Amino acid sequence: MARYLLRRLATMLVALWLIITLTFIIMHVIPGGPFATEKKLPPEIMKNILAHYHMDEPLWKQYTDYLGSLLRGDLGPSFKYENRTVNGIIRDGFPVSATLGAIAIALALLIGIPAGIISALRRNSWPDYLAMVLTTLGFSVPSFILGGLLMYVFAYRLQLLPPAMWGTPRQVIMPALALSALPMAFVARLMRSSMLEVLQQDYMRTARAKGLPERTVVWRHAVRNAITPVVTYLGPLVAGIFTGSFVVENIFAIPGLGRYYVMSISDRDYTVILGVTIFYSAFLMLMNFLVDLAYVLIDPRVKLTGRREV
Amino acid sequence: MQLSPDLFAPLKTAEFAGEELGRPPVNYWSDVWRRLKQNKLAMSGLVLIVLLTVMAVIGPYISGHGYAEQHLSLANHPPDGTYWFGTDSLGRDLFTRVWIGARISLTIGLVTSVICLVIGVLYGGVSGYFGGRVDEIMMRIVEVLYGIPFMLYVILLMVIMHPGLKTILIALGVTYWLDMARIVRGQVLALKEQEYVLAARSLGAGTWRILTRHLIPNTMGPIIVTMTLLIPNAIFTEAFLSFLGLGVSAPMASWGSLASDGINSLNTYPWQLFFPAVLISLTMLAFNFLGDGLRDALDPRLRR
Repeated sequence: MARYLLRRLATMLVALWLIITLTFIIMHVIPGGPFATEKKLPPEIMKNILAHYHMDEPLWKQYTDYLGSLLRGDLGPSFKYENRTVNGIIRDGFPVSATLGAIAIALALLIGIPAGIISALRRNSWPDYLAMVLTTLGFSVPSFILGGLLMYVFAYRLQLLPPAMWGTPRQVIMPALALSALPMAFVARLMRSSMLEVLQQDYMRTARAKGLPERTVVWRHAVRNAITPVVTYLGPLVAGIFTGSFVVENIFAIPGLGRYYVMSISDRDYTVILGVTIFYSAFLMLMNFLVDLAYVLIDPRVKLTGRREV
Repeated sequence: MQLSPDLFAPLKTAEFAGEELGRPPVNYWSDVWRRLKQNKLAMSGLVLIVLLTVMAVIGPYISGHGYAEQHLSLANHPPDGTYWFGTDSLGRDLFTRVWIGARISLTIGLVTSVICLVIGVLYGGVSGYFGGRVDEIMMRIVEVLYGIPFMLYVILLMVIMHPGLKTILIALGVTYWLDMARIVRGQVLALKEQEYVLAARSLGAGTWRILTRHLIPNTMGPIIVTMTLLIPNAIFTEAFLSFLGLGVSAPMASWGSLASDGINSLNTYPWQLFFPAVLISLTMLAFNFLGDGLRDALDPRLRR
């Protein structure tokens, strides 16, 4: 167990280092640089700006400095907005994104898992067909389209919900739905197929034969065994929700980290892009790691050899 | 004993009639096709894809308005007889633009899946076939790359390169091959222990021949399924990126950029979102149906 954890941790750190180094190199070899504006700046001013941001030093020095400040948890200043730091942007934006993300994940699981269970238990009944139609739609309608449609129907036509902004529970409903539709569909499908497989196992017959009540059979024997694929999907689920929130936060004008990230992309605000990318990567990797741990706790059969079998 | 030639007579082929096959042998692919044809959803997906492809080719010429042609006096015109899908904020014909978008999306889906096919099959094939040390190192690399959230990676690539079709293809190609490589590796790893590979090797077949003639053709099923399910993924990612303003640049149109424009004027000109939205969703639906159908048709274990 300890060996496995160490190995996963090492892989994670290597990936993170790779990301940092690659993005650092890429960001510095592109022509133009962050201060290439339409207006030509006088060379003295340009020099001062570069000196201010330590961009006149040799590249390797900039790299080691950057790594050093990363280790201290400092992601540097924003190039675009003088009085903002990347840390400040993350501090402002991430709680909002995390709240929205957590609600969306909860929705996906709380609706997706029961829907999958019911579909599997009552295969080929109308609830099953309904769930299949809805999940197919969930797969096919991208979140930004769904967000737009929800906004059109509930905010503009029916005027039931506020179209944008953040702060009240009513403002959370539409973005959370738009964000959770695809993972919800995926969870429901996964749960259904895994339940169907488990229901055919011999131990299900045994459980029934020894006279256990149907409730116990379903919950203790079927669901508990069928839920492991959903747990492994949690890692990609979290990643999908957080990247998905880049567009959803933009549509609904939510002041989350995703919106800042997209803004920094169109501003070509390199330190923010770099810093937020690293922050997101580290966060998502950590989530993946926790999911792997949860997987081990749920399913004692998993052998901790460190390599996932294909 | 003396054997003279007249003791031998040629055998009449007619005597073998009993051994002839009763009906033409069912080839694997015709069997797959037969099973696929029975799947109504998969077939409607296929028909839809063919229709979309045809429209992507001829669609931009039908209405007679060019995709970059602006008529500011006719801006935000609702759908009618001349502008079937209406016009956008610059008075450009949305019907033409939507099919230009279809071209982009389908090209991206197809080319990305081919890039991933080539990289993934080679990488996964080599890794699975050689096994041991090689496999260990190659899969460790894949594992590290897997840890990188790919959407961020694509976005980064898009930020630093010039936005455009080529950039999107490169960004998607270099990030999406991982799944393909893993699937091919898993298949090859399982297949190479099969008896027919041993037979081929004992008959003197070389590594290359075993890899290309025996192992890769036998992994075709999962590869094709992965490809068809990769296409909607790539289309979705392109739309996502274009929506964020990282896709093809104006006056070119892609479904993502059209939808992004449409969202901004959703309250007043809803059709500007409606048409691209329906087309994206239909395309994703079609490819998902076809992919699911192919998976069932190609997997012999599901034969009933």
